[in-house]
Amino acid sequence: MTEAQQVPETAQAPLPTGPALPTPEGRGQTLLRRIATGTPMVSLLSVVLAIVIGGILMAVTNPKVATAMGYFLARPSDAITEIFRPYAALVQGSIYNWQGADLAAQLYPLAETLTVSTPLIFAGLGVALAFRAGLFNIGAQGQLIFGALFGAYVGFTWHLPIGLHLLVVILAGIVGGGIWGGIVGFLKARTGAHEVIVTIMFNYVASFLLLFLLTTPAFQRKGSTNPISPFLDQNALFPELLGPQFRLHAGFILAILVTWGVWWIVNRSTVGFEFRAVGANPNAARTAGVNVGRATVLVMALAGALAGLSGIAQVSGTEKYLSAGVAASIGFDAITVALLGRSTPWGTFFAGLLFGAFRAGGVAMQAVTQTPIDIVLVIQSLIVLFIAAPPLVRAVFGLNPRKPKSKATKRSAQSGAAA
Amino acid sequence: MTSLRHRLAQRSLAGVAAIGASVLVLSGCGAAPSSSGASGGASATNSNYLGCMVSDSGGFDDKSFNQSGFQGLQQAVKDLGIQEKHVQSKADTDYDPNLRSMVQAGCKLTVTVGFLLGDATKNIATANPNSHFAIIDYSDPTFPKNVKPIVYDTAQAAFLAGYLAAGVSKTGKVATFGGLNIPTVTIFMDGFADGVKYYNQKKGKNVQVLGWDKDKQDGVFVGDFKSIDKGKVLTQGFLQQGADIVLPVAGPVGAGAGSAILDAKKSGTDAKLLWVDSDGYLTAPDYKSVLLSSVQKTMATAVETVLKDDANGKFDATPYVGTLANGGVALAPYHDLDSAVPADLKSEVDQLKSDIVSGKVKVSSKSSPVSQ
Repeated sequence: MTEAQQVPETAQAPLPTGPALPTPEGRGQTLLRRIATGTPMVSLLSVVLAIVIGGILMAVTNPKVATAMGYFLARPSDAITEIFRPYAALVQGSIYNWQGADLAAQLYPLAETLTVSTPLIFAGLGVALAFRAGLFNIGAQGQLIFGALFGAYVGFTWHLPIGLHLLVVILAGIVGGGIWGGIVGFLKARTGAHEVIVTIMFNYVASFLLLFLLTTPAFQRKGSTNPISPFLDQNALFPELLGPQFRLHAGFILAILVTWGVWWIVNRSTVGFEFRAVGANPNAARTAGVNVGRATVLVMALAGALAGLSGIAQVSGTEKYLSAGVAASIGFDAITVALLGRSTPWGTFFAGLLFGAFRAGGVAMQAVTQTPIDIVLVIQSLIVLFIAAPPLVRAVFGLNPRKPKSKATKRSAQSGAAA
Repeated sequence: MTSLRHRLAQRSLAGVAAIGASVLVLSGCGAAPSSSGASGGASATNSNYLGCMVSDSGGFDDKSFNQSGFQGLQQAVKDLGIQEKHVQSKADTDYDPNLRSMVQAGCKLTVTVGFLLGDATKNIATANPNSHFAIIDYSDPTFPKNVKPIVYDTAQAAFLAGYLAAGVSKTGKVATFGGLNIPTVTIFMDGFADGVKYYNQKKGKNVQVLGWDKDKQDGVFVGDFKSIDKGKVLTQGFLQQGADIVLPVAGPVGAGAGSAILDAKKSGTDAKLLWVDSDGYLTAPDYKSVLLSSVQKTMATAVETVLKDDANGKFDATPYVGTLANGGVALAPYHDLDSAVPADLKSEVDQLKSDIVSGKVKVSSKSSPVSQ
C-alpha cells in the first residue's frame, strides 16, 4: 500500500528460495495484532459498555417504558422494572430460571448456554490460533461447513458400532475443516495470496457447495426433495449429558479438552512457539530458522480443523442433520469471540460462554418480553466496536494508559511498518 | 491531548445527562394508572388463550409466508381477543430453542413457518403432546396428532397466472425464476409453465417459458431468498432475451425483478410483473404500475382459522389444503393493469378457474401437497 512497505518487498524478491515469502507486517497487520491481543480490562469494559448501551436502546424503543416514564414521579418502580425486564429475561434464559417448576427447568438455561457456546468455542479457537500466527482467519464459516459436510456424510451413510462411529465422524470433521483451512495456508505460503481475501471467497465456495450438494440425491432424505439431509445415525451423535430434556451433549466436554489442547500447543509445544514467532515478526522468525511457509500451512490447517469440530458440534450435537443453515453465523461470531478472548485459548473459551449466554438468553428475552432478537446482535457488534477502539473505552471509563507504554507500542508499530 | 479529549467527553456526557434528566422531570408528572386494571378482551376465555408463532430465518418482514402468517396471528388477536407471542429465528439453529421457549411460555398453539422448521416442530410436538402446533407450507406423514399442517396446492393459481401471462404477452415469451429449487417454490413454476402450455394448446400458439423446465424439474434460481440484486440481474437477462412478463418466486427477491421491469419501462420496453404469495399491489406497492397480478396464498386467513378453531376447542390434525375451490390460493385482481387484459381473456381465465375447481382441468405438480 505505501512505499515503505514495497521497498523491502523488492529487496526480498531476488531471494531464490522455494516458497514465496509472506509480505512483511504492514500497518494494518500491526493494528490487527494489537486489537487481537488487547488487555483483559478492555475486553471486560467493552462488554459492560455494550450492555449499558444495549439497555438504553431497549428502553427508548420500548413503548411500555415510555408509558411508565409518563408517571415516573408518581410510581418510579414501574419504569425501572420495565427497563430491567429484558435483561432479567436474558439472565433467566441463560443462567438460572427462578420461575422454573422443578430443578430441571431451573437449570435448563445454564445447560442451554453451554450447548450453544460449544460450537462458538471450537470456531473461536480456530480464529484465535490463526491470530497468534499473525493470520486473520475470516474463513471459520467455510471451514465449519466443510467439517459439517464431511462429518454428516460419514454420519448418515456409514453404519458403524457405537463409539467408533462418533470417533470417525469427529475425525471426518477435523479432516474436512483441516483441508479447507490448509488450502488457504498453502496458497498464502506458496503464492502470498492474502488469507483474508482467500478465506472470504472460500466461505462462499463452501456455502454454495453445501447448497448444491443438498439438492443431490446423495445428500437428500429418501422421498423428499427438500434440501435437508437424512438424520445422522444414533451412534454418530454425541451422547446427551443430562438426559433428553436437555440439549447439552458431550461435545462440550470435548470443547474443554480441545481448549486445553490448544493452550498446550500455543504455550508449551515447539510448533506453538514457531506460530507465535511468525505472528510476532515473520522476518525475524525466518532469520531464526523457522520455516515460515510450513508454519503458515500448519496453523491454517489446525485452525480449519478446529472450525471443522464446530461443524461436528452442530451435526452430531444439536442439529442432527445437515441443512443449508447448519453454520448459522457461528463462523463470523467466532471472530468476535476470539477478539474478546484476546486470542488466548481460555480467554476464547470464556468469551464463547458469554456469547452462548447471549444467544440462549436472547431466545428467552424475545419469548418473554418480546424484545427483538436483533438487540443481542447489536450488543455483540458494540462489543467488537469497543474492543477495536481501546482509547474510546478508556476515555469513557476515565482510564489513562500509562504514558511510556503507549509510546513504546507506537514506536514498535512504526518500526513494524517500516521493517 | 488525551486528557483534553477525556474532559470534553465528560462534559458532553454530563450535558446529555442533564438534558435527559430535564426531559424526565418535565414529562414524568403524570398520574400512575391503577394497578388492578386488567385489559378487557373480547371474551374471558379468549383473553386467556395464548397463540404463538415462530418464524423461519427469513423473519416476519420477509414480504412472504412469514409475514402473511404473522398477519393472520395479528388478525386473530384483533378479532378474537386472544393473547399472542412471537419469536423470530435468525438462523436454522434457532428453531429448536425458539420452539421450546414458546412451549415454556405457555402457548396453546404455536404456528411455525416452512419446511425448515419441520423437524424441530415434530420433535417438540412429540415431547409436548398437550401443546398444539400448526406448520405452514410443510406436511409430514409422521407428524404426531398435535400438529396441523397448512399446505397449498399453489400450482392451481399459478396455472391461471401462466394462462394469463401467455395471453397478455406481446413478445410470445414469458419468464420465471425461483429462490431455491425446493417444492414450495417449484410448485409455482410447474403451474405457471403448464398454464402457458394449456394456452398454447387451446390457441395453437407457441408462447415460450424461460427459466423453468417442468420435465427436467430444473431452471433458473437465485440461490437464496435475500439477494435482490441477483433477482434484478436475472430479470434484466430475461428481458434481453425477449420475455415481457416475469414471475419471480423468491420472496423479497421479487423486488429485484420489479425494479428491473420499472427500469425497462423507463427506457421504453414494455414489461410486466407477476407477484407471489401475497397481493403485490398491497405488499409491494412500488411496482403497482407494472404489476399484472399475483399468485396468492391466503395464509393469514388460514392461520386465523386454525387459531380460532383451537381457541374454541376444535383442533384437529387433518391438513388444511388451500385450493382455488376453498379460496386458499387465488389469482389476485389486475388492479391498475386491468385495461391491459382483454375482456375475453378475463372471461377465459374465470372459466379456467371454474374448470379447475370442478376438476375438468387437472393441474398436476410433483411438488403439490395433494400428490404426496
